[in-house]
Amino acid sequence: MSQTVATTRGEELVELKLVKLHFLAAIIYLGLAMLGGLLMAFQLVSWNGLNGIELLAPGRWRMVHTNGVAYGFLANAFLGALYWVVPRLTLHRVYSRALSWFIFWAWQAIVILTVLGIVVGPSLQAADWVQELAKRWNLPMSLGAQGLEWGETPFWIDPVALLGLFLVAVNFMAPVLKNKGPLYVTLWYFLAAFVWTFLTYAMGNLLSEYYLTGTSSGAVTGLFIHDLVGLFVTPLGWGLMYYFVPIILKKPIWSHGLSLVGFWGLAFFYPLTGIHHFLYTPIPMFLQYGAVISTIAVEFVVTTVIINFLATVWGEGRRVYTNLPIRWFYTGMLFYFLTCLQCALQVTLTFQKLIHFTDWVVGHAHLVMFGVFSLWLFGVMTYLFPVLLGRPWYSRRLAEWHFWLSAAGVFVMAGDLILAGVFQGYWWASLQPWDVSITGSHPFWVLRIFAGLAMFGGFLCFVWNLYKTWCEPAPAQATAPAAA
Amino acid sequence: MFETKGGVLFIAGLGFFALAFLSNAVVPVLMYKDLPEQPVEELVNSRIMYQFEDLARRYPEQFKKYVGDPTEENCAKLMRLGRQIYIGEGCWHCHSQFIRPVSNESKRWGPVADSSEYQNALQRPVMFGTRRVGPDLSREGGRHANDWHAVHFFNPPVVSPDSPMPAYPWFFDGSPDKPNLRGLAIITYVQWLGSWLKEYPYYEQWEDINRED
Repeated sequence: MSQTVATTRGEELVELKLVKLHFLAAIIYLGLAMLGGLLMAFQLVSWNGLNGIELLAPGRWRMVHTNGVAYGFLANAFLGALYWVVPRLTLHRVYSRALSWFIFWAWQAIVILTVLGIVVGPSLQAADWVQELAKRWNLPMSLGAQGLEWGETPFWIDPVALLGLFLVAVNFMAPVLKNKGPLYVTLWYFLAAFVWTFLTYAMGNLLSEYYLTGTSSGAVTGLFIHDLVGLFVTPLGWGLMYYFVPIILKKPIWSHGLSLVGFWGLAFFYPLTGIHHFLYTPIPMFLQYGAVISTIAVEFVVTTVIINFLATVWGEGRRVYTNLPIRWFYTGMLFYFLTCLQCALQVTLTFQKLIHFTDWVVGHAHLVMFGVFSLWLFGVMTYLFPVLLGRPWYSRRLAEWHFWLSAAGVFVMAGDLILAGVFQGYWWASLQPWDVSITGSHPFWVLRIFAGLAMFGGFLCFVWNLYKTWCEPAPAQATAPAAA
Repeated sequence: MFETKGGVLFIAGLGFFALAFLSNAVVPVLMYKDLPEQPVEELVNSRIMYQFEDLARRYPEQFKKYVGDPTEENCAKLMRLGRQIYIGEGCWHCHSQFIRPVSNESKRWGPVADSSEYQNALQRPVMFGTRRVGPDLSREGGRHANDWHAVHFFNPPVVSPDSPMPAYPWFFDGSPDKPNLRGLAIITYVQWLGSWLKEYPYYEQWEDINRED
């Protein structure tokens, strides 16, 4: 394996400051996004003392919550990890140092403008000139959120974001393409993800805004929602797992063949699943069936990947407990398996009748985005910060609290919301007055607040731990080994 | 092929993406190519005009100040603005706009959603929605009066005690009898929803009184 070579030459290839700054930006946006989520959670049980303040409208902050996680936290954390991993795997620097810095600042500008647009934009919507332009150009002209779920980035930022994604692709594809010989699994995922992310973003944000109406718009919206998870977050996440797990365990991935099945299965089936977000809509039924079948196929592919990783850690199971990054990774994989199993069931028309539109879906989304990918990225950060800062974590205890509060919190939240969804589905189908589904959900929503607070508490432990680690006086030996 | 840059880049990256795009996006686009997108002006009908004129009668000073006269052109303008507010305030994250043929939804809300209802400029991007904290709104037009909506937007629990919907006092100049431009627009938009249907306004046990059998 080439990793041992990479580690020795890594320092001169990697721009450490960029890794640190991207992680830092990711953490700041995660904090903001979590606060937005809590605001909405308090609103749902009518405990929101800030209700009626325009710039703190829960509806707007709900979109800051989802977009802050996707583009602020996940994108930044992935970029930081990519600056660490790609040069080490390819033994080449990224395309350009100047470009990397430009991307860093441009991406922060995009995220901050997105937040500002979503929060302030609707307040300026009633201006005459907006209406004039909307009529003349036949455009929705929403200054705030765009009417596309997970793509609420205002339409006037979309071209800039696309340019940013293009530059990211150039910056990281250059070293990969310079690499001679076969590519390691991680790089398959990364290479495909750079292409997919750009295409997905362009498809969702441009087509649904400018060209497609009604039902066809719904089909593309569905593709976008799912491709963003399946073709941006998932391949980058698994790419990182294929890199970090063997490095930390100091043994290769169990089966190369299964890695191939996992990658090509995902590449083929995942893009086909989008319409499963809109079952029983006017979208033609045969397209809905197609999406259901490919979603179930994805679950079989996922099982092969999980088997591969379980076999890799086989015989060293203790390290899942003793080694924090490995524990983050494998907990995330457990949640990944659960969430994909859930997906294969809930995607069927039988389940959809009952659980579509309910909190079941919200629970599922938290299990994926927080339970899997955020946990993995916390693991990556837990592993890399000591290396980046050249000193061990200030407190193992705080790191443990971060893990347990996050993992238990998301488990309770997801379980709670999934169960709430079943109740809501039955209340609706049995034609109870609508209010029954609101008052009946109350206890579930209260529990969800506490689960959310636990996750936020874990996050605060992490931030405090990081602050103390960062500010500690530097130890005598500046570069501690990357031991685990 | 399976582990080379070319294979990953062109087959997985571009090829499979294109395959999915063709089958899942281009197919519906071609299927609906003969249903052209209706501009907003064509969506104004007598029912929404009735509600629009009602707004002008109920809130004469506010209406005069922000809108002018209750003309069809102004109605289209407010429907457009109302939809932008619907998106900007995130209404569509708690309210859907499609009725499914299952789970007794057509009993609660009326006719099952149909593609032709969505081929207009106010459904680009489409407002299907993915979550219902509050009820579906695609047949909401005419089910409540304009002043109910005004009070409801100002402070939902006043008319709907258990509602967790946030208050939107910024749609008003201080009190619920003084909707501003945004308030008038969002009410117009909501009253438009479903106004194109035969079953309007929809209520439970709706029957066609003009039926000949």
